[in-house]
Amino acid sequence: MNAPVLRLYGLVIVLFAVLIGFTSRWTVFEAEQLRDNPRNARTILEEQEIRRGAIRSADGRLLARSVRGPGETYVRRYPTGELFAHAVGYAYIDLGRAGLERSRNDELTGRRTELVTAVESILGRSQEGYDVRTTLDAGAQQTAIAALAGRKGAVVALDVHTGAVRVLASTPAYDPNRLQEDFRRLTTDDANAPLLNRATQNGYPPGSTMKVVTAAAALDSGRYEPGSVVDGNNGKIVSGVPLNNFGGQSFGAIDLTTALTNSVNTVWAEVGLEVGRRRMQAYMERFGFYAKPPMDYPEDQMSASGVRKRGRLTPVTRREVDLGRVAIGQGDLFATPLQMAEVAATIANGGRRMKPYLMSRAIDADGRTVEEAEPEVAARVVSRGTAEELTAMMKQVVREGTGTAAALGGVEVAGKTGTAELNLSGLNQPWFIGFTSDVAVAVTLERVQGGTGGTVAAPIAKAVLEALGSRQ
Amino acid sequence: MSARNRELLALVPASLLLTAGFAAIFIQQSGVQSDVSLTYGAVFLGLCFAGHLAIRFTLPHADPYLFPLVAVLACFGLVVIYRLDEDLAREQAQWFVVGLVLFAATMVFLRDFRVLERYRYTVAAAGLLLLLLPRVPGIGQQVNGAYLGVELGPVSFQPAEFGKIAIVIFLAAYLRDTRQVLILGARRFLGVTIPPLKHFGPLLVVWGGAMLMLVFIRDLGSSLMFFGGFLALLYVATNRLSFAVIGMGMFAVGAWFFASTVGHVEDRIATWRDPFDPQLYDKPGGSYQIAQSLFAQADGGLFGTGFGQATLNLPTGQSILPAPHTDLIYAVITNELGLAGACGLLLVYLLFVERGFATAVRAQDSFSKLLATGLTAVFALQVFVIVGGVTKVIPLTGVTLPFVSYGGSSILANFILLALLLLVSDRARRPERTR
Repeated sequence: MNAPVLRLYGLVIVLFAVLIGFTSRWTVFEAEQLRDNPRNARTILEEQEIRRGAIRSADGRLLARSVRGPGETYVRRYPTGELFAHAVGYAYIDLGRAGLERSRNDELTGRRTELVTAVESILGRSQEGYDVRTTLDAGAQQTAIAALAGRKGAVVALDVHTGAVRVLASTPAYDPNRLQEDFRRLTTDDANAPLLNRATQNGYPPGSTMKVVTAAAALDSGRYEPGSVVDGNNGKIVSGVPLNNFGGQSFGAIDLTTALTNSVNTVWAEVGLEVGRRRMQAYMERFGFYAKPPMDYPEDQMSASGVRKRGRLTPVTRREVDLGRVAIGQGDLFATPLQMAEVAATIANGGRRMKPYLMSRAIDADGRTVEEAEPEVAARVVSRGTAEELTAMMKQVVREGTGTAAALGGVEVAGKTGTAELNLSGLNQPWFIGFTSDVAVAVTLERVQGGTGGTVAAPIAKAVLEALGSRQ
Repeated sequence: MSARNRELLALVPASLLLTAGFAAIFIQQSGVQSDVSLTYGAVFLGLCFAGHLAIRFTLPHADPYLFPLVAVLACFGLVVIYRLDEDLAREQAQWFVVGLVLFAATMVFLRDFRVLERYRYTVAAAGLLLLLLPRVPGIGQQVNGAYLGVELGPVSFQPAEFGKIAIVIFLAAYLRDTRQVLILGARRFLGVTIPPLKHFGPLLVVWGGAMLMLVFIRDLGSSLMFFGGFLALLYVATNRLSFAVIGMGMFAVGAWFFASTVGHVEDRIATWRDPFDPQLYDKPGGSYQIAQSLFAQADGGLFGTGFGQATLNLPTGQSILPAPHTDLIYAVITNELGLAGACGLLLVYLLFVERGFATAVRAQDSFSKLLATGLTAVFALQVFVIVGGVTKVIPLTGVTLPFVSYGGSSILANFILLALLLLVSDRARRPERTR
């Protein structure tokens, strides 16, 4: 009976080795993720004793700062209240962190490598957080929130050359200073969902703004030119169901520029089908669909755009996807305002998509810049030539098409409207995406009765472009 | 050096460890070195010495390392519990005194432990009764959905701690008789050795018992511990790996069945799989506990924060870790002593298990061998079940970490277990002529 006893001991050693293995996993290998988990009150408790850095807008407005709390701790104050609620987020012990407070936590707490920290603690220096300077423009943000005027919606504005996020607005918002009192009410208010960042987290049917993506794919693949002529009659059969133009209008045979200017559904559905499933999928991915945006913002506060079937992202290469309707921004296609802003910015930037970013600099207590954002190219989406052709077409939209409400005096605006019909009784999702030579913008409003992209969203875009333009 | 002198000498470092631990906590708490830590160290050494004397007079030939290893474990427990709550540590120390008395009494009154063989069915009945006690209306307590505690007036205890010893005694006695039949009657079928159907019965009964426990006590960890102990004994008694494999398969099937039908077990498994799921996390009795356990371990890192330095409470005084002195004490140890300290603790357990199995190997008769094997296996499994639960190897269940967790029942039962191991060991190591 001795041999089995020894083997049993061998088994116990193996079992204990597993225990040590798992303990190592949590203490060493996966410790970083566990420490960063927003549920981990410990990290926040310890960081409470660190003076977190301040967060400022690009023009120097104070968006978040730490003040002395009870005992050795600090608490967060948000001087701008609701204005930057979603972009900046919050940091509380019991509620965890969100927004930039979470994605830039390392900078805000001044976390360095463990060795440096150890040396500093021996030297008796306390850890100090870095100030974070954002790319956000306080004035334009205020303009955007004011223009949304209490309706549910979102505005995103990007610097077309760098990808810097100038405006990230979502309404309704919440007051981060009062979050602890209001949290229960905010989380249960499903009708308004004030904690939801509508700019990054929620996808909406993009409607006709998607025609910019379809047009980019069509022109860039060389199958079409701005002057190519396509039948624009009403009621063409797409995927076995007749497709209507806005107002049931028939246009006859027209060129693509005219078709974009008048947002002719039947033309762009045919173009999308002609471009084909595989190519459409490839261009959508290059524009950033089907992936979370590479932005310095918490992953779970962003969602990927694309066709969703039964709640799951489904590539358009799948037969079940109605490609013709996806090409005009319907057919279960959902896109976030951030994604559509990237589409506009990419065309404005000569076909190169830049990585969007919110932090421009981290500055230490002595005023030295310790970290600086470098503009990065995320993808070459279309050729410069295609981008220029498409820009010309989109300028036509604002000059004499559906987007005239976005026209600015003195600066030429390129753009595209969208009005996704949510039901037959006139409940719409109006959109506008557009750009000047410097700034791209995307605007959408949630479930508006009767309004169209041109009448409701374009004026907001205009106001935001104007606010950013005056600061150039 | 004689065995007893080695034992005595080994108790000194354990006492020093305790002194150092308390000193560290005093410095952390009040910033001053206090000679109270020396007093505590001396009292602890005194208690160890008393235990040692009891062994010296009753079991002079017993294994010299088991008792000092237990002293080291006790020192881990006392220091950590003191760091969490001074009052609990005082109670724990009192339980240790009671435990030592019970330990000495067991050694004195069970000098010929083989009488236990004769009362096997009485012991088995007592064991089963103990296990089912928590389900008796009026006295049973439900904690986190599992029925593990009993409350009799002012006294509350965990009968499963004692039940495990009774069941091991019964199985050792039963298998001593039937092991031959189980081996000889076995047939091979499709390359697998199948035990004879007639004697397969008891195996099925025990399996059924384990499943009943799963349903009645609703505790996956305890039933895993009991059934694992049974399989270990069956394997050692028959030297047939196939029996153990079949048994494990049957347990897995049963556990799977109950996991998908009994809501409580199902929840436990869901929280184990995804502790960070927001819905499970916020549910009462949900994954909050295991998630916090992992956070505490991550906070510990390689070398830990040091005694008394981990963040265990919110500024409001509320504890971040639920049940830090019982279920999650391993997480607290890892937090403060790091991976290094946790490995050290596990190593101490491994050495204890090694001494236990060595005792089994040395023992002459089958009953002694099986008894030592069973006690050691159940002890090792208990450590695996709770540490495995805390480190998310298996679903977390509420068994104690022997000699470390706070709890009277656990200490008393494990002192009886230690006494039994020493009894077997003394008999096995006694020189031939005096036997």
